[in-house]
Amino acid sequence: MGLLDKHHYVERNATLLLVGSLVVVSIGGIVEIAPLFYLENTIEKVEGMRPYSPLELVGRSIYIREGCYVCHSQMIRPFRDEVERYGHYSLAAESMYDHSFQWGSKRTGPDLARVGDRYSNEWHVQHLIEPRDVVPESVMPSYAFLKDTPLKVTDVSMELKANRAVGVPYSDEMVASAKADLAAQADPNADTSGLLERYPKAKIGDFDGDTQNLTEMDALIAYLQMLGTLVDFSTYDDAAGYR
Amino acid sequence: MNYVSETILLAVGTFLALLGAAYAYDNLFASHMWVLFFVLLVSTVVMLRKISFAPAGQASKSRAESEYLDEVIKYGVIATVFWGVVGFLVGVVVALQLAFPDLNIEPWFNFGRVRPLHTSAVIFAFGGNALIATSFYVVQRTCRARLFGGNLAWFVFWGYQLFIVMAATGYLLGITQSREYAEPEWYVDIWLTIVWVAYLLVFLGTILKRKEPHIYVANWFYLGFIVTIAMLHVVNNLAVPVSFLGVKSYSAFAGVQDALTQWWYGHNAVGFFLTAGFLGMMYYFVPKQVNRPVYSYRLSIIHFWALIFMYIWAGPHHLHYTALPDWAQTLGMVFSIMLWMPSWGGMINGLMTLSGAWDKIRTDPIVRMMVMAIAFYGMATFEGPMMSVKAVNSLSHYTDWTIGHVHSGALGWNGMITFGAIYYLTPKLWNRRRLYSLQLVNWHFWLATLGIVVYAAVMWVAGVQQGLMWREYDDQGFLVYSFAESVAAMLPYYVLRAVGGAMFLTGALLMAFNVTMTILGYERQETVSGAAPALQPAE
Repeated sequence: MGLLDKHHYVERNATLLLVGSLVVVSIGGIVEIAPLFYLENTIEKVEGMRPYSPLELVGRSIYIREGCYVCHSQMIRPFRDEVERYGHYSLAAESMYDHSFQWGSKRTGPDLARVGDRYSNEWHVQHLIEPRDVVPESVMPSYAFLKDTPLKVTDVSMELKANRAVGVPYSDEMVASAKADLAAQADPNADTSGLLERYPKAKIGDFDGDTQNLTEMDALIAYLQMLGTLVDFSTYDDAAGYR
Repeated sequence: MNYVSETILLAVGTFLALLGAAYAYDNLFASHMWVLFFVLLVSTVVMLRKISFAPAGQASKSRAESEYLDEVIKYGVIATVFWGVVGFLVGVVVALQLAFPDLNIEPWFNFGRVRPLHTSAVIFAFGGNALIATSFYVVQRTCRARLFGGNLAWFVFWGYQLFIVMAATGYLLGITQSREYAEPEWYVDIWLTIVWVAYLLVFLGTILKRKEPHIYVANWFYLGFIVTIAMLHVVNNLAVPVSFLGVKSYSAFAGVQDALTQWWYGHNAVGFFLTAGFLGMMYYFVPKQVNRPVYSYRLSIIHFWALIFMYIWAGPHHLHYTALPDWAQTLGMVFSIMLWMPSWGGMINGLMTLSGAWDKIRTDPIVRMMVMAIAFYGMATFEGPMMSVKAVNSLSHYTDWTIGHVHSGALGWNGMITFGAIYYLTPKLWNRRRLYSLQLVNWHFWLATLGIVVYAAVMWVAGVQQGLMWREYDDQGFLVYSFAESVAAMLPYYVLRAVGGAMFLTGALLMAFNVTMTILGYERQETVSGAAPALQPAE
C-alpha cells in the first residue's frame, strides 16, 4: 500500500488537503453537467415552444411562491401508465424556458405537466377555493385568498427583461407591450390579435369568473391552462428525439 | 470586551434594512426588510447594552489567547437543541396537514410554504448549527489551537442565525426560488455566502496554526464539507434578480440543465452537509465516548477520498426517466451504486471503533445512541444505492418511499449522532461532572429509535402501495385506480407517520429538558441502567 503511506504529506499540509478536496469534488459535476450545455441533442427539436406570456409568467411566479412544486411534478415519465394517465411523456424542450425548472420530486397530488385544457376555468376556480368540493379525497390546502388578492406586478416588463438576461428569447416588442398584454389576456373584450401573434395558443378570457378585477387567481389559472399545450406532437418524431 | 465597531456596523445594517423596506420594489421585499429591520434593531440594542463605557485600560481584559474559544460553542449547542425542537415540531405539523388538510391556514401556513420551513429548519438550522458548533470544538482540540480570527467565530454563529431567520420568515411570506433545499432568494444566498467564507476562514485558519503535526481525520471531513458546500451553493444559486430591491430572481439555467444543476446541489447537500460533515462528528465523538482509537487509519483515508469523489456524481439519480439524457442518468446510477462501498467503509470504521468496548452499548446510553446512528447510516446508504437503480426508481420515485428513505437518514443518522455529540459536549462545556440524567438519555434513545422505525416502515409501505396503485392495470388493459383513490389510500399511513414523528419530537423535548437541567447544574439521583446488579449473598 505504497500510496496510502504517502498520505502523510496531505495530512500535514492544509493547503494540499484543501486544493486536493476541491479538485476531487469538481470532477463529477464537470463531466456530468457541462456537456448538457453544448451537446446539441440535449434538447429535442420541436415545434410550438414559445416564451411565457406576461400573465402566464406572473401566474408561474405565484405557482412557485405557493410551493406547488412540493406536491406536484411537471415531468411525465415514459411509462405506459403515466402516458395513459397524463399524456405524452415530457420533453426537455418543454421546459427550455423554465427558470427555475418545475419538474418536482414528489406526487402527493397528480402530475401537472399537461393539465392545460384538461379542466374548465370554473373547475380550477372551485378547486383552488375548496379542493374537496370537486375532489373529495384531496388533501390540498385551500387557496381561496388568491381570488381576493388583486394581481400586483410592479413592472412586468422588468420580469421579461430578467428572463431575457438569462436567455429567454423575448423580443423588444414583447417587452414593450408586456404591460398591455398582461391586462389583455384576462379581458375577454380586449383586442388580443397582437397578443396571440406574440404568444400563439395563449388562452384568453376571464379566468376567475370576476370580470371586474384582475386577481392572482386569473394569473395562476392562465398558467395552469397552458401547461403542456404548446408542443405540436403531430410533427414530433419520438425516435429522432431519443437520446 | 468592547464591541463598538460591531455595534456600529449593526446599526448601519439596521438603517439599511429600513431603507430597503422604504424603497422596496415589491411588497414581499418590503415585508422581509421589516423583519430584518426588527431583528437587527433588537440585536443593536442588545449590543449597546454590552458596551463598557469605562475608560480604556480598565475594561476587562480578554482572556489569554492560549485558551480555547468555547463560549461560542455553548451558544451553538443551545441553538442546535432549540432549532432541533422547532424543526421536528414543524415536521409533525406538516405531517398532520397531509393527513388532515383542514390544518392548513392560508396563506402563510399552507403546506407548500411550511414544508420548506421544516426541511430547512432540520437540515440547515439543526444540522448546520450542530456542524458549526462541533467543528469549532473538534478543530480546537485536535489542533491544540484557539479558533482563528478572534471574534470571527461569533460572526459566523450570529450571521448563520440571521440566515436561518431570514430564510424561515421568507418561506412563510412566500419568498422562494423553488429549488429544493436551496429555497432562499438571491439576497439571503449572498448573505450565506459571506457567512460561509468567514466559516472557512475560521476553520482553515485554526488548522494552519495548529500545534499538532497531523491534521486529524475528522477535520478532513469537516474541511471537505465546508469547501464543497461553498462550491455547490454558489453555482446552484446563480440567478438574475428582477430588481436589486425585489425578492424575485430567475435562475441562470433553464429546464434540463437547471434540473441537473439543482440535483447536483441537492444530492450533495445530502452528501456533504448531511454526510461528510457528520462523519467528521463521528470520527471525533465516537472514539472519545468509547475511549478507543479509530478502528483503521488506512480505511479512513480510502473512506475520505472515495466518498468525496463519488458523491458528487450521484445527483442524476433524482432524475431517472425524466427528460434528462439517458447517458447522464446511467452515469448517476452507476456512481450511486459504487457509493455504497465508501459509505459502508465509513460505517465499518465507525462501528469497529467499539472493538473491545462493545459492553458499553449496554452500559452507556450515549454510546448506544451513536451506534444506532451509525447503524442507520449503514441502512440509509444501502437503501439509497438500491433506490438509484432505475428499475427500482421507476416504482419508488415521486412516492412516499423517498420521504421514508430521507428520514431514516436524517432522523436516524444525523439526528442520533448529533444527540450523542450534544450529550457528550454539554457536561464538558459547562464544567459539570455528568449529565442531569442518563435515564432520560435512555428514554430519548428508545423514543427516537421507535419513532424512526414507525416512520420509515410506514413510509415504505405507503410508497410501494402508491407506486403499485399508479401502475395497476386490470385484465382488460385499463388503469384500475384514479389518482384520487391513491391519495385516499394514504390516510392511515399519514396518521401513523405523524405518530412516529411525534415520538421522535418527544425524545427531543426530553433532551432539551436534560440539557437545560445539566446547564443549570442539577444532577438527578439515579442508578445507571444496564449496570451489573449487586450480587446477593446466598441464603
